[in-house]
Amino acid sequence: MAPISYHLILSGILFTIGVMGVLLRRNTIIIFMAIELMLNAVNLSFVALARHLGSMDGQLIVLFVMAVAAAEAAVGLAIILMVFRNKETINADELKLMRW
Amino acid sequence: MVSAVIFLPLLAAVLLLFMAKEEEELARRFALGVALVTFVISLGLLVNFDSSKADFQFVERVPWIADFGIHYYVGVDGISLFLVLLTTFLVPIVLLASWDVHSRVKEYLFFFLMLETGMLGALVALDLFLFYVFWEVMLIPMYFLIGVWGGARRIYAAIKFLLYTMVGSLLMLVAILYLAYLHNAQYGAVTFDLLQLYNLKIPEQTQLWLFAAFALSFAIKVPLFPFHTWLPDAHVEAPTGGSVILAGVLLKMGTYGFLRFALPLFPDAAHAAVPTIMALSVIGIIYGALVAMVQPDLKKLVAYSSVSHLGFVMLGMFAFNMQGIAGSVYQMLNHGISTGALFLLVGVVYERRHTRLISDYGGLWKQMPVYASVFLVTMLSSIGLPGLNGFVGEFLIMLGAFKANVWAGAFAVSGVVLGAVYMLWMYQRVIFGELKHEENKKLTDLSPREIAIFTPLLALMLLMGLYPQPFLTRMEKSIEATLARVERKTAVVQVEPVEPPPVQVVAER
Amino acid sequence: MEHAHATAQALSLSLSVSYLRYIPLFPLLGVLFNIFLGHRLGRKAVNIVSPGMVFLSFLVSLHAFWNLPEGGRLVDTMWLWISSGTLHVDFALQVDQLSAMMILVVTGVGFLIHVYSTGYMAHDHDVARYFAYLNLFTASMLLLVLGENLLLLFVGWEGVGLCSYLLIGFWYTDDEKASAGKKAFIVNRVGDAGFLLGLFLLFWTLGESNVWTLSFSTIQQHIAAVPAEVATVICLLLFVGAAGKSAQIPLYVWLPDAMAGPTPVSALIHAATMVTAGIYMIARLNFLYALSPTALSVVATVGAATAFFAATIGLVQTDIKKVLAYSTVSQLGYMFLALGVGAYTAGVFHLMTHAFFKALLFLGAGSVIHGMSDEQDITKMGGLKSKMPVTFWTFFIACLAIAGVPGLSGFFSKDLILEEAYASPLGSPMLWLVGTIGAGMTAFYMFRLLFVTFFGENRASHEVQHHIHESPASMTVPLAILAVLSIVGGYFPLLHFLSPLFGEHHEPHVAPLIKYLPTVVGLGGIALAYVMYVLNPAIADNMARGLSAFHKLLFNKYYIDEIYDAVIVRPIVGMSNWLWKVWDAIVIDGTVNGAAHTMEANGSLLRLWQNGNVQNYALSFLIGAMAILGYYLW
Repeated sequence: MAPISYHLILSGILFTIGVMGVLLRRNTIIIFMAIELMLNAVNLSFVALARHLGSMDGQLIVLFVMAVAAAEAAVGLAIILMVFRNKETINADELKLMRW
Repeated sequence: MVSAVIFLPLLAAVLLLFMAKEEEELARRFALGVALVTFVISLGLLVNFDSSKADFQFVERVPWIADFGIHYYVGVDGISLFLVLLTTFLVPIVLLASWDVHSRVKEYLFFFLMLETGMLGALVALDLFLFYVFWEVMLIPMYFLIGVWGGARRIYAAIKFLLYTMVGSLLMLVAILYLAYLHNAQYGAVTFDLLQLYNLKIPEQTQLWLFAAFALSFAIKVPLFPFHTWLPDAHVEAPTGGSVILAGVLLKMGTYGFLRFALPLFPDAAHAAVPTIMALSVIGIIYGALVAMVQPDLKKLVAYSSVSHLGFVMLGMFAFNMQGIAGSVYQMLNHGISTGALFLLVGVVYERRHTRLISDYGGLWKQMPVYASVFLVTMLSSIGLPGLNGFVGEFLIMLGAFKANVWAGAFAVSGVVLGAVYMLWMYQRVIFGELKHEENKKLTDLSPREIAIFTPLLALMLLMGLYPQPFLTRMEKSIEATLARVERKTAVVQVEPVEPPPVQVVAER
Repeated sequence: MEHAHATAQALSLSLSVSYLRYIPLFPLLGVLFNIFLGHRLGRKAVNIVSPGMVFLSFLVSLHAFWNLPEGGRLVDTMWLWISSGTLHVDFALQVDQLSAMMILVVTGVGFLIHVYSTGYMAHDHDVARYFAYLNLFTASMLLLVLGENLLLLFVGWEGVGLCSYLLIGFWYTDDEKASAGKKAFIVNRVGDAGFLLGLFLLFWTLGESNVWTLSFSTIQQHIAAVPAEVATVICLLLFVGAAGKSAQIPLYVWLPDAMAGPTPVSALIHAATMVTAGIYMIARLNFLYALSPTALSVVATVGAATAFFAATIGLVQTDIKKVLAYSTVSQLGYMFLALGVGAYTAGVFHLMTHAFFKALLFLGAGSVIHGMSDEQDITKMGGLKSKMPVTFWTFFIACLAIAGVPGLSGFFSKDLILEEAYASPLGSPMLWLVGTIGAGMTAFYMFRLLFVTFFGENRASHEVQHHIHESPASMTVPLAILAVLSIVGGYFPLLHFLSPLFGEHHEPHVAPLIKYLPTVVGLGGIALAYVMYVLNPAIADNMARGLSAFHKLLFNKYYIDEIYDAVIVRPIVGMSNWLWKVWDAIVIDGTVNGAAHTMEANGSLLRLWQNGNVQNYALSFLIGAMAILGYYLW
């Protein structure tokens, strides 16, 4: 069995990819997927650590996170859809409604 | 009983919201009725008040946020008693004057009743946290009253009023929290109980900082020169009722705050601040009078006269002797009545002519003799003519101030002269002379409703001038207690020897 | 100080009574009647009730006078007025010899003037308001002289000032009259400020010896507790108040302007009663002034200077009431001169005789003005002797009295003052000399007035001449009664009557020259006036032309009003404007608004950061999270 550090490193790499995706990409859908990637990176470390420590808590939280992520995906995609209908774009640079 | 007085207006205000918008007349009557009932209940306080006790009476104390030592703790003493009565007395009068308001009547009444609760709560709160809550509750309705029903520059005035007062009160909040912390450090329990905080031993340096925070907040409210510039703006823009309450009660919150909180909590700092505050008060007296003299706008004139009068109140308070403080408290009441009446009088002609410029009037006696007579008495009360209320207060203040500092007394007396100058000059330009303007020839004299507004005010002016003793007696013990607390606690030097008891001169009586 | 013993004894005799309160109460009822019912019930009711109330006061005053215990006083304590700490002030009235004389003068002369007013104001539509003020004045004046303590005196003191203000500006539509009223009130207030300071100093000074009182009798008992130098300051401060109320240099300027009021008002307020309040106050506090020769000499000097100064202005005025006004200022100066040399009895004596003859002069002038269709310029009068005989003869008697012609009331009092000015330990030949010259001028300008008004040809327009008539009985009867008083007033045994307060009066011993010269000078003044204005009127015109610069200076009252305006009024108004427009609006409010604007500027800089790009926010978020993480891992 691989040592815990491998899992954590993988999780870290995935999380970093997710962060980069959120910060660098302009397409909201991609940003959205990057967020999912971050969530799953965290999930991975949760599962790995749960296994490592022999506790069920981490696994439980993963289920919880997945449920929330599903709900979030539904709401988030609905928002993106509405934004696209109104603005004809999903480019984050052009969506600057949140200022002053 | 105290709680009933505080919360009845709020209850009525909430009920008012459920009324139909069109029922303006009903809403007015309802609000007036509630205000009158509140006044009657508060009269019960006066009747049952025991003037031989210095303690707080009608005390109610219920834990509120027990973990932080916060209580719903209210009570009345001889100082707050009359300010409470002044408030409950002025609100019905203002509501009776509200028949001149025609837009958003229901909301107008709502804010007034809410304001009443805020003012009364701040006057009777004996828990600093509770006090702070009520203190801020007062601001919001006043903000809306100025901002919605005000004149042309109402937004500017309302925001200036709100921000200016807020700046001061935030500093006070910090000081309040620090006090609670100090109490915890000294006695091992957090409390906001004023009477317990009175017993704190605070190093003089710390006192100075805390006093400064409290004093700034109150000085802005008073307003003490040079923190007064929000006042003319707020007064000029506020609707008549707003001006009356602003001048009549809200300003007193500042002076009351000094007397109830800043002085007894930080006696050493208060003593250290005497020269500064006295100087500012005297400057305020003269400055307010001089600037009032040249105002072309009636309301601004009265507003600056308030600066002058409140200078007297502060001067008397910081004389730190019986006469000075008694005069100071008495003058708070006087100012509420006579300046309130002055604003109502300005409101009467503003309602008819929609101008506040003195030059637009002149010769009103011919057209409105009753109005002119009422104006005359009110003006005389404001300039402190003996026999009317203003004199008793001013006399005691100047007598006390003269004892504390001869020069302060001497300069304050010049305020008496200047007071006559600006008031008489204004009166002459408004009331005397020929009816110059065509529009003024159509003016109608006071209506029965307006006479009903002014009658109680005039009656009080006479009563308080000729027979002030019932008021002074009830104040005496509480003022003595306050004075005892203001005695220096840590300082070694006694500033002045304790006054010996009066010699027996009763043989002559 | 020699009579301190006698007065201390007198104080022990104080009778408590409860009818003194009716003396001011009756006129107050008149006020209420006039305010609330006057208009409804009409002129007739007003004309009966208002003088009637004063007459009732007069009756009560007489009662008090007769029941006054020998060398004692009556006290009526009503209620505890102000009590705060060590201060206890009763609302209490007292009648002693001085007050008794004053209330008789106030209600007696006041009643006559009320009656006169019913005739004088017969054509004014606002008569109820007039009598409301006049009754209020009477009540205030009575309170002033009846007050048992300094503070109650001050209530009356300010009350009469108020009524003076209201009555001077009675015809309010005329801006000039309203201004004159305002001026009177404000100048009086300047004096009152001094009065208040004196009162404070007195109160606290006595307090240092544990005497907490403002009551006259108690002050007198403990007067020894006041150190002499403090007494000087107190006396001078109180004298500022007296100078304001009694129109002395430098605060006399309001009185001539006060002539804007109806003439009976001038007679009552600005001649007989209110303006004597300052004299009353100092006489009342004689035991205090006795402590300070310095203060007394200031009083005497100011009095003599005013007597002289006002008389010179009176020489050339052409408005009948202005002449009388300056004459009043001058005569008040004599009273202060008497007080200042310690001759309180003489001062109060002159106060009373002056009340008679000056009220008569004013009422006579009112009768003339009434008959001349409201003309006040004496150059447009003349020859009224035959057309208004009652007015003429009574006016003539008053002129004789004020000029100090032997046998009439003014002779006794004025002579006494001048003798005391010379012979008293506090007096000096200089004071006597100034007073004597003033007496000559007084005689001259009064007879100038008489001759120009009543002798020669009438110089008015035909329209006015046609209407000249003697006044109705309601006006001439008071004139006649006052004329009698002006004659016999000098024989009242006032000097002895007042002795419990001021000590037994001793006739001063002076050389015959000193004693008789003032009378001779007075008669000379009359003769000169006769020569200049009856025998050969050209002399007067030639003199006016020959000394035109001097004449102009006098005619324009030494330009004092203009000087006050330039030196005091304008600078204050200018400074106020500057304070408001520069200091208040720019400096203070500028700072306040500047603080707000600074905040706003900072805010608008910071908001550039809030560019709305979600990814920027996320980046900040990341950096922040990393920073916190880094901080803890370090």
